[in-house]
Amino acid sequence: MGYTIAEKILAAHAGKKEVWPGEFIDAKVDFALGNDITAPIAIAEFKKTGFDKVFDKNKIALVPDHFAPAKDLKSANQCKVLADFAREQKIKNYFEVGCMGIEHALLPEMGLVLPGDLVIGADSHTCTYGALGCYSTGIGSTDLARAFVDGKIWLKVPASVKFVYKGKLNKWVGGKDLILFTIGNIGVDGALYKTMEFCGPVISGLGMDDRFSMSNMAIEAGARAGIIAADKITKAYIAHFKRKAKFYQSDPDASYEKVYEWDVTNLEPVVACPHLPSNTKPVSELKDVKLDQVVIGSCTNGRITDLRIAAKILKGRKVKPGLRLIIFPATQKIYLHAVKEGLAEIFVKAGGVFSTPTCGPCLGGHMGIITEGEVCLATTNRNFIGRMGSPKSFVYLSNPAVAAASAVRGKITHPGAL
Amino acid sequence: MIIKGRVHKFGDDINTDDIIGAKYLVSTDAKELGKYCMESIQPDFTQKVQPGDIIVAGKNFGCGSSREHAPLAIKGCGIHAVVARSFAAIFFRNAINIGLPFLEMETVDKIKDGDTLEIDLTSGIIKNLSQNEVYKTQAFPEFLQSIVSCGGLINWIKAEKKKEE
Repeated sequence: MGYTIAEKILAAHAGKKEVWPGEFIDAKVDFALGNDITAPIAIAEFKKTGFDKVFDKNKIALVPDHFAPAKDLKSANQCKVLADFAREQKIKNYFEVGCMGIEHALLPEMGLVLPGDLVIGADSHTCTYGALGCYSTGIGSTDLARAFVDGKIWLKVPASVKFVYKGKLNKWVGGKDLILFTIGNIGVDGALYKTMEFCGPVISGLGMDDRFSMSNMAIEAGARAGIIAADKITKAYIAHFKRKAKFYQSDPDASYEKVYEWDVTNLEPVVACPHLPSNTKPVSELKDVKLDQVVIGSCTNGRITDLRIAAKILKGRKVKPGLRLIIFPATQKIYLHAVKEGLAEIFVKAGGVFSTPTCGPCLGGHMGIITEGEVCLATTNRNFIGRMGSPKSFVYLSNPAVAAASAVRGKITHPGAL
Repeated sequence: MIIKGRVHKFGDDINTDDIIGAKYLVSTDAKELGKYCMESIQPDFTQKVQPGDIIVAGKNFGCGSSREHAPLAIKGCGIHAVVARSFAAIFFRNAINIGLPFLEMETVDKIKDGDTLEIDLTSGIIKNLSQNEVYKTQAFPEFLQSIVSCGGLINWIKAEKKKEE
């Protein structure tokens, strides 16, 4: 009887020979993360425990990325809680504005999370790092407080579900479309409390940025983790990091609760319509959706590959008058790349704004709130009611190519139609 | 532990943005968060809640973000328990960790808005006093019971550490 990657990683971190779906384990984490929304509660709870030192100052990251640079006085206070705690506990990986990036782009970029790790983060999109072949999962603030104490987490071992993608991807179709297509098929609770494992020839052909987009949205299907086995592309991505990684593969006789197999050769760019990520349609079916705003960025699609795609479309073109285009790179490194490669210039000349890294607009925090009746197309991950502002506004989700083309036309547009 | 209260009924996939909008995440105080619970989908919800009331919902309750502010807001507005067909995983663990009682029940459709329920958390038995019905649900596994009976994860850690000493 074999095991899946997730089961192997969880067993190794619980000090067990094997673990089974449904079993409760108490496991040691390699890395724990909190942000300016979730860490203040974690820090307050940690202080209640009576412990005065965190388990390991090198294995914790505090990233003020959601409402930072601070959007108002209350946010400034929350950010300060992180800064003070980091100083007091000598936490190495505290990222002040200037070093800060969106956590789920920043941690992999810095080599803080590696294949084979068990990572927890008080942010639901912590599942992003599964793209590296680690077990990475979103938890709550009190969980993080407990991890601060002893570096451990209680977990119920999830069953695994396998997703096999075959065929050849069309132009303008990438990781974002594959995951939206998947969520559209199985629903927002289609992988509730499961580990999703993405594999097949299409996944092998994806670069890391596309893989991160896929794993990032595993939570939108209810999953605990979204794992892609580490391969030569992963190895190249982590090659310059010193810490040793562990490469796990699922056994051929591992047990999956379900296996989905899709030929995605004819897949066209996918758009999720209001108000659920599962409410998907091929872009060509959305004929006349007029837009007030387009947002390109976030932990889902704010990486350099995403910006290059958007720039390719926006080069020499102009944003439709009256439409707001907001582009926010996920990290400072990506920002600098975009400047050096001339992408920033393309965006500004097209009539877009090029922002500092922040989660801001994605969760209706700041830097692009939409009001009653407004419609936004975003490369982000959620389109719940009121997600980006007014409960009477509308959010559509897509890949960066569709977003850029739509910004030019002022309505949802297939990039091939320009 | 027995919880008795009136039912506020919700549908499927109630997400954490519905439960507490991101603009309110600049507070960590349950009472303050409680003022805005369910605001975007039911603006008058908090005015209708009497302390001790119960939320009954469909599948995937609490999907979306990891914000612990969501169960805190529910607790803060006076709700004493949540019954749903299923819970999203992070909401599930947050509710355990902060000590918000909840139960999973397949046949939530039987319960109507405004019904009065009496919930026995230890046995998992729910009595519908309005309809004179009894529903048997799965009580928590032993491991989770141990966290809940300590009053949440922080107290559980303290107790565990004491045992070690």
